[in-house]
Amino acid sequence: MACSSEPRLDPAAHARSLDCVHCGLCLPTCPTWQVTQLETESPRGRILLMRALAEGRVADPAAIRPFLDHCLDCRACETTCPSGVHYGELLEATRAEYERCAPQRGVKAWLVRTLLWHVVARQPRLRAAIALLRHAERSGLLRLAARLGLAPRSVPRIPPRRDRRPLPTGLHLPPPGVRRRSVRVALFTGCVMEPLFGHVHRAMLQVLLANGFEVTVPATQRCCGALLVHSGRPDRARQLAQQNVAAFADCDVVVDDAAGCGCTLGEYDRLLGDDAGAQFARKRRDVMAFLHAEGLSATPAECRARAAYDDPCHLCHGQGVRLQPRALLAQVPGLELVAHARPEECCGSAGIYHLLHGELATAIGRRKAETLVAADVDLVLTGNPGCMIQIDNHLRALGHPRPVRHPVELLVPAP
Amino acid sequence: MLRRVPPLERDLVRLLGAPRVLSQPDALLAWECDGFTVHRSRPRAVVLPETTAEVQAVVRLLHAARVPFVPRGAGTCLSGGPTAGGETVVLDLARMRRVLQISTADLFAVVQPGVVNLDLTAAVRHLGLHYAPDPSSQSVCTIGGNLAENSGGPHCFKYGMTTDHVLGALVVLPDGELARLGGPAGTRPPHGLDLPGLFCGSEGTFGIATEITVRLCRDPQSVRTLLFPFAAMRDACRTVSDIVGAGVVPAALEILDQATIRAVEASVYRAGYPLEAKAVLLVELDGPTEVTAEEAAEVRAFAQQNGALRIEEATDAAERARLWKGRKGAFGAMGRLATDLYVLDGVVPRTRLEEALERITAIGARHGVVLNNVFHAGDGNLHPNISFDGRDPDATARTIAAGHEILRVCVELGGSITGEHGVGSEKLDHIGMMFTATDLAVMARVRAVFDRDGLCNPGKALPQRAACAEVAKWPQMVARVLGEPEAGR
Repeated sequence: MACSSEPRLDPAAHARSLDCVHCGLCLPTCPTWQVTQLETESPRGRILLMRALAEGRVADPAAIRPFLDHCLDCRACETTCPSGVHYGELLEATRAEYERCAPQRGVKAWLVRTLLWHVVARQPRLRAAIALLRHAERSGLLRLAARLGLAPRSVPRIPPRRDRRPLPTGLHLPPPGVRRRSVRVALFTGCVMEPLFGHVHRAMLQVLLANGFEVTVPATQRCCGALLVHSGRPDRARQLAQQNVAAFADCDVVVDDAAGCGCTLGEYDRLLGDDAGAQFARKRRDVMAFLHAEGLSATPAECRARAAYDDPCHLCHGQGVRLQPRALLAQVPGLELVAHARPEECCGSAGIYHLLHGELATAIGRRKAETLVAADVDLVLTGNPGCMIQIDNHLRALGHPRPVRHPVELLVPAP
Repeated sequence: MLRRVPPLERDLVRLLGAPRVLSQPDALLAWECDGFTVHRSRPRAVVLPETTAEVQAVVRLLHAARVPFVPRGAGTCLSGGPTAGGETVVLDLARMRRVLQISTADLFAVVQPGVVNLDLTAAVRHLGLHYAPDPSSQSVCTIGGNLAENSGGPHCFKYGMTTDHVLGALVVLPDGELARLGGPAGTRPPHGLDLPGLFCGSEGTFGIATEITVRLCRDPQSVRTLLFPFAAMRDACRTVSDIVGAGVVPAALEILDQATIRAVEASVYRAGYPLEAKAVLLVELDGPTEVTAEEAAEVRAFAQQNGALRIEEATDAAERARLWKGRKGAFGAMGRLATDLYVLDGVVPRTRLEEALERITAIGARHGVVLNNVFHAGDGNLHPNISFDGRDPDATARTIAAGHEILRVCVELGGSITGEHGVGSEKLDHIGMMFTATDLAVMARVRAVFDRDGLCNPGKALPQRAACAEVAKWPQMVARVLGEPEAGR
C-alpha cells in the first residue's frame, strides 16, 4: 500500500474492525478501561476509532493516537469476544500505519526506536548496556536518576555477571542414566531473558535434559521482534524473523520460556506471510505446554510454599495456554497452588509499556499486586520476564515483597 | 494542535477538570453508537462526573445554557437510547461505580448508577444474596442503564423486571434540582404515587439517577439447570407452554434456534449445544430442594412427551455456567455472521409463540435477510436477530423493513414492540402501532412534568412531535391548573 500523508488502514484491517457488533462484553476484561472507565480506553471504543480512521472519518489522526498507544495489546478482549474480532492484528496494523505515515517525534520516541532496534535486538550491545546498568545500579547513580525523573523507577534489578552469562550454544545431552526420548528440542533464548533471567534459561535446560530430551541452542538466533511488532515496526521485526527461521531451519521443535516472545514466534506465519513462517509457527511450543504434552519423567524437587500462578497475557490470551502450567505445578511435591482474583488480567508490564505509560501501568500493576496480596501467598509464579519484573516491583511497592519465579524453575528435579 | 474552546466546554472543564471533559471531535467517535449500530452520531462533548454534586453542577450548567444532554451507562443499550448527536452532551456515568450501602437485614443495596450489574451480585455473593435481573450483558451493563431501560433478562420470568427490584432513587432532575423518589430504605412509601415505577423505563428522559436503591434476593436453596435439544422449534415451544400451563414457574425458560446455536458454538462462548438440533430449550428451576426435584421430574416428562432429542442436566456450578455461557454470548456471537446486527425485541403472548415464529421466519424470507431467534420463551419475549451489512444501503433498508413487519406481527398477536430494550431512537416509527395519539400525548405530558424544557435525552422514547407539542403546552397548563403565573426558570 502506498503511503499517504495521513494514516489510512488497508481494507483487510478495516474488515477486521467490522467484526465488532458493539456488544461491549470486552469492557470489563480490559485493564485500561478498568482503571479509566473511558470508552476511548476500551477495546470497543478503540475499534470504533480504528474503524473511523480506516473510513477516513478522522479529521486529526494525531488526536486519537494516544488512545491507541495506551492499549497494552494484552488481548484479553479477544478471549472474551463472542464475535471473534482479531483485535491484536487490527491494533498492530494500525500502529504500523501510524509509524509509517506519521512517526512519533520527540526524544522519547527516538530513544525507543533506537533502543529497540540498535540495542535490544543486538545481543552484544544489549549485554554491554546491561553491564552499564548494573554499574549504575551498584553506584546509586540509577536511584539518583530515577529520583530526578531521568530514569524510570521500574528498572529491574540487574543480576551479577556470573548470572548474566549466556546459555552455551550447540548440543546438550541428557546426563548419563536418564532415559532418552526421541525428541530433540531447540531452545529460543531471546533478548532480555538471557542477561536478566539467565537462571530461568538454565532451569529450563536442566529440566529438559533431566526429562530425557536432547537440547540444542542455535547460535545464530536473534530477538523475536515482539517489541517491534507492538510498536508498529513489523518491517524490522520481519528481518529478525527471517534470521530466526533460518537459525532453526533444521530443528523439529522450538521451545521458549517467555510468553511474549512465544506468542510472536507463533505468529511468524502472519508476520512473514510465507510457508517458512507458517512452518516455524507450527513447530514452536511454550516450554510448559511442551512438557505437559510430553509428560514429566523426572519428579520435581520438593517446594513447600503457598503459591499463585498468574497467567501471562501472551500465554493465556495469545496462545491459549492455561491449564498446562497449573497441571505441571500440581506435580511439584509440597506446593500448594491457590487461586487469586483475575489471574488472566494484565499486570501492566506489556513489553516496554510500563516505561512509556508509567501512570496507567502503575495503576494496573497495583491492581494485580493487590489481588496477589489478598490471596495471601508466599510465592508468585508467572512465565514472562516483563510480568516477573512488574509483579515484583508492585508487590514491593505495596510492602509485601514475595519471590516471583518462572514456573519452569519449580520443575527442576532434586539433585 | 490548538483548538478554540467554546465557552460551554470551558465551563465544564472548570467544573470537572480537563481530563474528565472530552470535546475533541475525533475522540468523540468512540461514543457514536450503542448496541443499535444503525444510528450513529457523535455528541458535542462527553463528561465524566463522579458524584451527585458533580452531576447536579453539570446539569445546572447545561440547563442554563439550554444544551441537551444524555446520561450513559455502559453503552450496551440495543435501541439507541444513549446515542447522542449534534449539540448533545453525554454524561458518561461509568466512573460512578461505588456500592454505597448493603443491608442484609432489610435486603437492599444503594448503588451509584455506574455499578455493573454483575459486580453488584459479586459484592453480595458472600452474604448469600444476589441482584435478580440479569440481562445478557450483565457483565458490563450498569444498574443506572438497567433502571433507565427497565431491563429484563432470563431470570425475570420468575423474579420480575428491573422495576420490580427498584425501591427508590436519588435523581438529578433535568433542571438540576435534586429529588428523592421512593423509599430511602427497604420499603416503598406507604402512600402516594409510585414515582420510582414511573422513573423506571423512562429511558433517560426524566433525569439522571445518581443513587439507586435496589432489592436484593436471597440465593435459592437449590438450582437445577436442564438443557433439551429438539428436532423442531414447535416442540420446544410446546414444551414451554406445557411447563407453564402445569403451574411450574421456572426461574428461566430460554430458547435458541439452530442458526444461533451454530453461531455460538463457533465462538469462544461454545457451550456444547448440539449442532443438529433445530432448537434448544434451557430451563432453570430454583427453590427448596424437594420442590425443584419434583419440578425437574415434571419438566423432563414434558420435554420427553414433546420429543426432546436428549436431556442434559448440570451437576455442578461449572456445568451450569457452561450451559448458560452460550446463551449469554449469543448476541455477540451473531456478529460472526455479518458486519452488523439488528436485535429486535418483540413480545407475544406465550401461547402464540409458535405462530409468531412461523410468521417471523416468513417475513425474513420475503425480505431476503439472515434471521435468527433467541428468546425468553417464558415471557414470550422474542429476540429476532437480523444479520446484515450496514455498508449496503439496500440490505439495511430490507433489514429495517423486515423489523417493522415483525413488530407489527407482535402487536397483531396481542403483544408489544419492546419487552426490555426500550424504544430509544430505534422504535420511534413503531410506537404508533401500539399507542393512540391520546396515549402518546399523556406520556408526553408526564415527561414534561420532569423535563419541561425538553433537554434530557430529547428525541428518544417518544415521537418528537408528540413530545414537542406537549412540552410547549405544559407550562401554560400548569399555570392554568394551579392558578399561578407561569414561573420562568
